[in-house]
Amino acid sequence: MDLSAINPILFVAGFLVAATPLIFAAIGELVVEKSGTLNLGVEGMMITGAICGFATAVETGSPLLGFAAAAVGGALLSLLFAFLTQITLANQVASGLALTLFGLGLSALLGQSYVGIKPPRLNDINFGPLSDIPVIGPILFTHDIILYLGIALVAATWAVLKFTRAGLILRAVGESHDAAHALGYKVVRIRTLAIMFGGACAGIGGAYISLIRVPQWTEGMTAGVGWIALALVVFASWKPWRLLLGAYLFGGITQLQLNLQGAGVAIPVEYLAMSPYVITIIVLVILSRDKSAAPACLGRTFHASS
Amino acid sequence: MIRLEKRPQPSRLFSLATPLLAVLATMFFGGLLFAALGKEPLTSIQTIFWEPLFGEFSFFYRPQLLIKGAPLILIAIGLSLGFKAGIWNIGAEGQYIMGALFGAGVGLAFYPLEGFYIFPLMVLAGAFGGWIWAMIPALLKVKFGTNEILVSLMLVYVAEQFLASMSLGLLKNPEGFGFPGSRNLQQYESAFNGDLIAGSGMHWGVVCAMIAVIFAYVLLTRHRLGFAIRVTGEAPRAARFSGVNPTRLVVFCLGISGLLAGLAGMFEVSGPAGQVTIDFNVGYGFTAIIVAFLGRLHPIGILLAGLLMALTYIGGDIAQSQLGLPAAAIQVFQGMLLFFLLALDMFTNYRLRFGRTEVA
Repeated sequence: MDLSAINPILFVAGFLVAATPLIFAAIGELVVEKSGTLNLGVEGMMITGAICGFATAVETGSPLLGFAAAAVGGALLSLLFAFLTQITLANQVASGLALTLFGLGLSALLGQSYVGIKPPRLNDINFGPLSDIPVIGPILFTHDIILYLGIALVAATWAVLKFTRAGLILRAVGESHDAAHALGYKVVRIRTLAIMFGGACAGIGGAYISLIRVPQWTEGMTAGVGWIALALVVFASWKPWRLLLGAYLFGGITQLQLNLQGAGVAIPVEYLAMSPYVITIIVLVILSRDKSAAPACLGRTFHASS
Repeated sequence: MIRLEKRPQPSRLFSLATPLLAVLATMFFGGLLFAALGKEPLTSIQTIFWEPLFGEFSFFYRPQLLIKGAPLILIAIGLSLGFKAGIWNIGAEGQYIMGALFGAGVGLAFYPLEGFYIFPLMVLAGAFGGWIWAMIPALLKVKFGTNEILVSLMLVYVAEQFLASMSLGLLKNPEGFGFPGSRNLQQYESAFNGDLIAGSGMHWGVVCAMIAVIFAYVLLTRHRLGFAIRVTGEAPRAARFSGVNPTRLVVFCLGISGLLAGLAGMFEVSGPAGQVTIDFNVGYGFTAIIVAFLGRLHPIGILLAGLLMALTYIGGDIAQSQLGLPAAAIQVFQGMLLFFLLALDMFTNYRLRFGRTEVA
């Protein structure tokens, strides 16, 4: 075992990258859940985003167009969920599961001819002399634009939810859809928009895995990140900043176990690879005592007549 | 102006008709999908649904129907009990893997001893493996209020890694020339779950699935526990007042679904699969979720839905080899089925009203 093989600066820079797909998927789901809808299809939307982004980036040669396509793909898939739960009033848990199963199949179908291809690289932002600062430079200033966008998105979500009228309406719909409806807000429309936002974010998160983190396409490559994102929202008690913290924690664990695998620790690879999932469970156990932060209408079907 | 009006009672007609309508809609849109992939849509649909049952080689495919259907039915029966009560075990795939590992582990421990008691012990071990894996989300939910959906799902990934570790390590065939995977249980008579009637596909797992269907039917219609499950799903508050103990219900529902999933895994690994390998699981635990809903969470419905789903697996394989239809297309096809089912289910509880909304 050679722990000195782990470079702490590269490690920290790496876990910022590992956390980014989680940040996108989880912040999208946070908004969805704040509106009172539980979408368990995050994994399906992520993997669909991953292949939409990958295919578009390969065909056009532009990673940024890839990310745009991933957002569109994720949002389109989430429209299916919105239709099921908002129009046909289907059970949200079942619909979310359907979305994940469908998304996994769809992505495998779309991605057949993209296995083993290298996608075009998204260049890091040029910060000039800032990236030459020792320690801080390589950690903070050697990343692509999407990573910074993720952090900005968390800040923006926090601000919108807390300070704006739109955020207030969204929260009202999530806390009491009947009251919001009585006040004249279009519950179904607002929730549909929230679901599409969640889908777009999950899509970008998925594309970050296939275009930057790995970067290549393999079937089922999101490997449960979407589910961890769902756990992360609970972990964060539906608060954006805690969500960022949680994402870095999980990103750190993922990166650490990868580095330990590389360093040839005496623990078998399989046991290291299961650690993020086990830790997710442990964290859920510790934090699930407090349910008071959950939106009151989470997972409940809204029908204007009842 | 079209609007939805809640029915005073769920419609029995639509409750029976939606699965059929969903299958038809899936065939239609699946055909469009296959056409988009450049395959002849009618031929594809016919290959999937007709060829295995009545085609030239149906004598070979019909037994497969039981072999593929049994694990799906076994798992879906267990899941349906929980789903009915609003307890969501979606980690059946993990429980299936653990059941297979426990069962195969016991069998391999006895190798090369022969004895009538080995197979029953493997069955018990398989059931225990699935049950104990499901007890983790159950106890965490009961003690700490942890969400069972997320925990059971996370445990699938843990089980998959565990399977990899076992088939590359502890359970690896010592005479396997270094290839990953365990000894082949099909060549170990005492542990082999073979056809009870040669060539029929009827192995112990099929028998077990039948028993599970009957057991679930009796439980739901004749037993107090079945009543508790139904009431909890439909009116949780009423259930509490009528003296249902939610803790015991969670432990029972997750336990029984884990147990059945474990059994399914054990019968699969000791029979049709034969070997613990890194990817012997093919997602039955997830497909069983579709089966449970397609069967309307009713034991008889699940029996039929399981056979139908097995048909799409077999037909999908045929279409893959004969028409070059990609395997993923079948997966999309199965996912589509669940979508149409959930969407059409609206008509069970609501009716469409045309005309102007009158002011209340």
